[in-house]
Amino acid sequence: MAAKLITTPGQTVGPFFALGLDRPEWADMTRHNPDGKRIVIEGEVRDGDGAPVPDALIELWQANAAGRYDHLHDEQADKKIDPNFHGYGRVATDAQGRFRVTTIKPGPVPGRGNTLQAPHVNVAFFARGLLRQLHTRIYFADEAANASDPLLAGIDDDSVRRTLIARRGDGGVYRFDFILQGKDETAFLDV
Amino acid sequence: MAETPTAFARHRAGTQPPYLYPDYGSTVKRAPTRPLIRLEHTLSEITGPSFATGWAGPAATDLTKQHEGEPLGERIIVTGRILDEDGRPIPRTLVELWQCNAAGRYHHPVDQHDAPLDPNFTGAGQAVTDDDGRYRFVTIKPGAYPWRNSPNAWRPAHLHFGVFGGGFVTRLITQMYFPGDPLLQYDPIYQSTADEAARERLIAAYDPNLSEPEWALGYEFDMVLRGRDATPFEVA
Repeated sequence: MAAKLITTPGQTVGPFFALGLDRPEWADMTRHNPDGKRIVIEGEVRDGDGAPVPDALIELWQANAAGRYDHLHDEQADKKIDPNFHGYGRVATDAQGRFRVTTIKPGPVPGRGNTLQAPHVNVAFFARGLLRQLHTRIYFADEAANASDPLLAGIDDDSVRRTLIARRGDGGVYRFDFILQGKDETAFLDV
Repeated sequence: MAETPTAFARHRAGTQPPYLYPDYGSTVKRAPTRPLIRLEHTLSEITGPSFATGWAGPAATDLTKQHEGEPLGERIIVTGRILDEDGRPIPRTLVELWQCNAAGRYHHPVDQHDAPLDPNFTGAGQAVTDDDGRYRFVTIKPGAYPWRNSPNAWRPAHLHFGVFGGGFVTRLITQMYFPGDPLLQYDPIYQSTADEAARERLIAAYDPNLSEPEWALGYEFDMVLRGRDATPFEVA
């Protein structure tokens, strides 16, 4: 086998990424009117001093309401692709470190082996001061399937596990904060 | 059992920057302090957004033609391929570019550097790779600019690039530098990657064959994303 090429290192998104990456319409993943229950995920980003992070970029990737990803390698024939749902979203924090994204509740997707993963949104998280992205997931507090989700079930410390679960608010709003350091530090994933 | 494509390979040690790198001061309060939780890849990681031509809106590959007049600065052509580490090209993936102008000033309200804005230069572009994984931009060479990381610190001239690749975990946001820049040795963002060969991936190659006579200098810059792991996994 030929020697592998060396991968390109990440470099920070810096403070000026809005110039190239800001697409406010991508914060509404329902803009093409997909099937499924409309939800809002909102929250804030705070650093190790508890200060708001006004220059963070949050990218989201999720399955549609049936639990199928819009990607050629998702071959679940029993679930339909929703032509109106691409599954990718992007939102930057505002001057107070807050963000808000509109999407639909994803369906459950298969895990490894015969497992089923609870509904979740995959996150790539960028900011000035992060040399490369962090990855995490957003789960939903009102999903019974969380109890048997392989990732959540594998985290012994409840105080860590609950950082991955968005709290239910009123009217289809979920609250999920990204806490970069400290007592409530968000669990980030080595993917 | 249907066999799905394999997981993505993990990065080799030293080829990516760490989260905590105190020479880059902003990492100190933003790097995670808990160990990351290792996640074996599932459908959620091996899938990711795909961008057929046009999905991201009209391609904007010539940053020198976005205004009435021509921007000031040294006109450059930057082209290259998006590959995975096995050398396979990644077609129809989105490449996003942003940069400061020739004077070292970003068209962004947060940038207060005392250098002029150029009314003929915004500094943002998008391309979708062709069947061979290739993108191509025309722009101007950005200037160096000061930043407050340490006294008299200057960022080497750079372009910011974002690319996606085959899955959500192949997402890459990086910076491209220019060969021979004396500021590279002092720049903690460039220096943060321990592996020298990996760092050098960040430096474009000047290519006289890409330069266009009487018009623009040509640089080649490939970006290499994670390849596939050797072992397949199965889903029910």
